[in-house]
Amino acid sequence: MLQKRLIYLLFLFIGISVQGYGQKRLEVGKDKAFTSVRKAINNAQPFDTVLIYEGYYKEADIQIDKPLVIEGINYPEIDGSGDENAITVTSDSVTIRGISVVNVSTNYMNDLAAITLIKASYCTLENNRLRNNFFGIFLQRSNFNLIQNNRIEGNSKEDEVSSGNAVHLWYSKNNRILNNETLKHRDGIYLEFADFTTIKGNFSHDQIRYGLHFMFSNNCKYIGNEFENNGAGVAVMFSRNILMRYNHFRRNWGSASYGLLLKEIYDAEVVNNQFTENTIAIYGESATRIKFLNNSFKDNGWGFKLLGSCYDNIVSENNFINNNFDFVTNVEKSSNTISKNYWSEYSGYDLDRNGVGDIPHRPIKLFSVVTQVVPDAIILNQSLFVQLLDLAEKVNPTITSVHIKDPDPVMKPWRLFFKPKSND
Amino acid sequence: MLKVLKYSFFDLLRSRWTYLYFLFFLVSAATLLYLSSGTSVAVISMMNLEIILIPLVSIMFGTIYYYQNADFNKLLLSLPIKRSKVFLGQYLGIVASLGFSFVLGISIPFIVYGIFYTSYWDDFLYLLIVGVILTTIFLSLSFLIGVNNTNKMKGFGLSILTWLMLAVIYDGIVLFVLFLMEQYPLEKITLILTILNPIDLGRTFIMLQSDQAALLGFTGAVFRNFFGTKTGISVISFVSLLWVGIPLYYNIKKFKMKDF
Repeated sequence: MLQKRLIYLLFLFIGISVQGYGQKRLEVGKDKAFTSVRKAINNAQPFDTVLIYEGYYKEADIQIDKPLVIEGINYPEIDGSGDENAITVTSDSVTIRGISVVNVSTNYMNDLAAITLIKASYCTLENNRLRNNFFGIFLQRSNFNLIQNNRIEGNSKEDEVSSGNAVHLWYSKNNRILNNETLKHRDGIYLEFADFTTIKGNFSHDQIRYGLHFMFSNNCKYIGNEFENNGAGVAVMFSRNILMRYNHFRRNWGSASYGLLLKEIYDAEVVNNQFTENTIAIYGESATRIKFLNNSFKDNGWGFKLLGSCYDNIVSENNFINNNFDFVTNVEKSSNTISKNYWSEYSGYDLDRNGVGDIPHRPIKLFSVVTQVVPDAIILNQSLFVQLLDLAEKVNPTITSVHIKDPDPVMKPWRLFFKPKSND
Repeated sequence: MLKVLKYSFFDLLRSRWTYLYFLFFLVSAATLLYLSSGTSVAVISMMNLEIILIPLVSIMFGTIYYYQNADFNKLLLSLPIKRSKVFLGQYLGIVASLGFSFVLGISIPFIVYGIFYTSYWDDFLYLLIVGVILTTIFLSLSFLIGVNNTNKMKGFGLSILTWLMLAVIYDGIVLFVLFLMEQYPLEKITLILTILNPIDLGRTFIMLQSDQAALLGFTGAVFRNFFGTKTGISVISFVSLLWVGIPLYYNIKKFKMKDF
């Protein structure tokens, strides 16, 4: 009991001290006390609030070095053109809310961003609109921040070099990125050495490279995101313990596009995701001990392309519907387990009516093996000769692997759920 | 010549085979549009059907028609009409009637479906163009077989063989060649081999225009670059023209000399 009281007392103290500290509201606007954001910030005490009224502020290189609340009213536009970051945060516990930052220029020496956090933790960046910037939000060595409900629109053309990422995390841990919309940048969300990141409910589309890009970031989870029409889809590389759930990978369609690219990934879970109309829904290279459960693969060019370097994966209870090739690999035998999936191409029967087909399904088509050896042969896709060849091979497999099979394919598609539950 | 053409055309329009051909395309296009999950899928399925069937029907029907008309030809040749005109009139007549039933057969369902209100209308136009070109080429080949063989059975055999060769076996040979030359860069060879066969050319052309192009990867990109250029288009047109022109030229020459 005493302990509890002590805690209450502690909270009281903290409350009082913060109250005493952060009373002031500094107003920035045309006919307000300050006309410049930078001046207002310089004059502010820690824990003050800087209110920015609607208007156009051409100010680059705004430094926030004390805990402040920066709040925009009706999205005041901060024009950050020049050779500097627009806003740099170097203090913990800063909140930036409801502002609009535009026109941070492309720079080949520095990664200029609309909002940069350097060694700043416990910050909140929310409801901002960032448009036409090189980088959107850039975190360096900043932990426990919350980035939510922002809309980050880039200006990328076709060029990977001259455009930056919408949200970029570097050596930053335990951050949360929630419900943002990112578009037309190089990568939608980029993580490098960013462990324990939570990425939830974001919509990343029309990126010229990846919708989401993971590098060397362990123990992350991303849930309920949508990735649409990105140049190369989503890439998760060199990471461990990643949870991917309830995401929708849609129309990442192009000659070098993936729904999800996995490279050097260990112990991940890919569960309840939807893959629709991607060139290659999942491409795996050295992806090991991954559980692919309850996903839906529909209308993709390739459902799965797992190279021989992928071991001990489990592909179970997924739906494969109308893909050009459901499953491709370049080895005869593998330690991956494929079981209990629904394959729309399955032509077996179920005499005992237990819902499971009586003969195993071999998802690998002869033609897909041919194209592994001679990629140029793909031009014969849909040719009558190839269709005859596939049929003959299906009846009596001689070239395709007899080991890679689903021993108990189900007869009816699984009923899958793709909406995140509230407690995820 | 126009008179012969007209006669041929209307004679064929009265034939129940033309109706059957028309009805076949009508029903299959309507079913595909109705049953398939999306327009692009329907276009690709229609292409598969068209690529296989039009050459087969054209070459068979052409051969049959040529043999059927042998007596009528003799009659015509006794009149003061130029031989080349008799031949060309008949050829264009059958091209017009088969082409007509094909175009009408697939256009009605697609237009009723509202293809021009979707973004796939250009795919549909390519379907039409490729279909008509294939009809022209394979009828020209069928007349070649007819002119050169008085033995009907041999003629039919040859036309089936020609179709089998171009539609199936050729792709087998291509695949074989690609396997043999696996170590070399193959894009150009694939491109040349594809252009040489009108069926392959038609198939790749439609595939490259449709969504399927993304599946063709790097090779597809090379193809698309080629087909997109003026040189590409002129090479394709030239090759198609050769496929029609060479047999036709040879036919007329032979037909002129022929002792009926």
